[in-house]
Amino acid sequence: MSIIVDKDTRLVVQGITGNEGSFHTEQIVEYKTNVVAGVTPGKGGTDLNGIPVYNTVENAVREQNANTSIIFVPPPFAADAILEAASAGIKVIICITEGIPIADMIKVYNSIKKKDIILIGPNCPGVISPGQAKVGIMPAFIHKEGTIGVISRSGTLTYEAVKQLTDVGLGQSTCVGIGGDPIVGSKFIDIIKLFNEDPDTEGIVMIGEIGGSTEEEAAEYIKENVKKPVVTFIAGRTAPPGRRMGHAGAIISGGKGTAGEKMKVMSEAGIHVVESPAEMGNTMLSVLNNN
Amino acid sequence: MKIHEYQGKEILRKFNVPVPEGKVALNSEDAVKIAKEDIGGNVWVVKAQIHAGGRGKGGGVKVAKSLDEVKQFSDEILGMNLVTHQTGPAGKIVKRLLIEQGMNISRELYVGITLDRTSSKNVVMVSTEGGMEIEKVAAETPEKIVKETIEPELGLLPYQARKLAFSMGLIGQQHKKAVKFLTALYNTYTQSDCSLAEINPLVVTAEGDVVALDAKMNFDDNALFRHKDILEYRDIDEEEPLEVEASKYNLNYIKLDGNVGCMVNGAGLAMATMDIIKLAGGEPANFLDVGGAANKTTVANGFKIILSDPNVKAILINIFGGIVRCDRVAQGVIDAANEMDINIPIVVRLEGTNAKEAKVLLNNSELNFEVAGTLKEAAEKVTAILKK
Repeated sequence: MSIIVDKDTRLVVQGITGNEGSFHTEQIVEYKTNVVAGVTPGKGGTDLNGIPVYNTVENAVREQNANTSIIFVPPPFAADAILEAASAGIKVIICITEGIPIADMIKVYNSIKKKDIILIGPNCPGVISPGQAKVGIMPAFIHKEGTIGVISRSGTLTYEAVKQLTDVGLGQSTCVGIGGDPIVGSKFIDIIKLFNEDPDTEGIVMIGEIGGSTEEEAAEYIKENVKKPVVTFIAGRTAPPGRRMGHAGAIISGGKGTAGEKMKVMSEAGIHVVESPAEMGNTMLSVLNNN
Repeated sequence: MKIHEYQGKEILRKFNVPVPEGKVALNSEDAVKIAKEDIGGNVWVVKAQIHAGGRGKGGGVKVAKSLDEVKQFSDEILGMNLVTHQTGPAGKIVKRLLIEQGMNISRELYVGITLDRTSSKNVVMVSTEGGMEIEKVAAETPEKIVKETIEPELGLLPYQARKLAFSMGLIGQQHKKAVKFLTALYNTYTQSDCSLAEINPLVVTAEGDVVALDAKMNFDDNALFRHKDILEYRDIDEEEPLEVEASKYNLNYIKLDGNVGCMVNGAGLAMATMDIIKLAGGEPANFLDVGGAANKTTVANGFKIILSDPNVKAILINIFGGIVRCDRVAQGVIDAANEMDINIPIVVRLEGTNAKEAKVLLNNSELNFEVAGTLKEAAEKVTAILKK
């Protein structure tokens, strides 16, 4: 009933002894996610509430069979942390860190792309498969087990969508925050493919925003390949051009990447585009009821 | 981060990218001195330094054929309110000038380097259509822009630089100079963590030199921690004062033209809140992301910034409490509002962890809050208030 993370997830937390890392590890453990190890260079041999800490991801993989990593390492060192996880054989890498230089991510993205690895983020809330595993920083209690896949470039706006879905009785298979940076490991299209192939996902809520063209690329794929209903909201209709709206990736440049343009392309692809961010949940409900 | 043209040229010079002789001047006496002593010759260009393009059309760039003209033009341009298509109708006051040697221009070309988000690689673009807005060239005659995608582990390869230089119609010595120019510009871009390096126009002089006549350089904010020297180029005169103030409090604020102030946690939700205000018939006055820690201090600082904008007639607070508990946020809002004596209506919508407790706190506070349950209700309440 899910993609990317599930009951088989064996998680290693990179940066586990930092403020963010230790705080969120506690929350992740509370959700009964299988946290098998932590990594902080120089603190190998210690533990955090019984979770063994290693100096390297390689050791965590060898000793604890970790298969998934979540990264809370500070921005100057985060790109290196992603590459370390990749080289240690981790297949799912989820990077929460905000503020990684673009030049670092250009190298990371193009190096990872050639391997059989799923990188989520950076600058994202992570991934949760309700009832199975939480590998992120999202508030767990708004989620509910179910069949809707949620994918988004933002954090709190995803929570808003999830809350709306849960309130109308629609649970989620998996919720994926892909991140708000110009370069992210997985784009909309990559996750839409996974949801499309997941037999237990019946509908997809996709939350886009201004900047770039990943929404349009996903629309083209959806038009050709996806029979499951897709509901979309695009944030930033009122955003002025040339200004970075918080997320490094949310910027209208050279007249491109506007919300209006994205909404048009997505409607033409047969996607249910909602004008208001308050209508994501009930639109999905009525679309499913009419099918 | 954006910098001035003269600062961009200082950086380019360090990386051996050919630029005209020139220096920054803050008054006309210095301008004349620079023209006479540092540059020499008998033709100079006086260029207004603001963080916006289209300066020539707005009267901010003048060619001087005598030192008297250098003084005259400097006096005219310094202090003028320069309005261009990029400054908006309000314009920008000119406080700095670049005094530069005049060039015998034989051709105007274009070169730009930036990130291509689709391939997640940098691209170097050149065009024979220099001196025009490149967006216009891209829209009307896209075949006149030639691009090379750069493999990150390889960098700009010699054959790519040669190809780009040939596509600008350059041969012989000029071609060689252009190849060197492109390579040096690419090095500047990568080693300075630029997000944009645009030379428009790139000129070929009558003497056959290839020179950057203008320089627009933007930098990746995330990478500035490793470029202390570039950080010193920041000119806060060029930024919106309220945005500068907000950044001191670690708030992400962007001023807009409407009358509904918004305070939201998270960039996506902040944009969505602006959108729904507009859908409900209002106009957002700002984008404000208070981030993860929405406590009393953050909220108070947020109020301070929002209320500095005289157009604001109502405030909408929309916080989705995940890790941060709504009752704590509510207490922060109450304390801040109590201390600050706010006279305009405030609509508060808190959702997430402990949202019910937060509602009780707000309703019992005896302050004039309108409490909303859903996003839609919040937007409707705030616009209803404005219509009263």
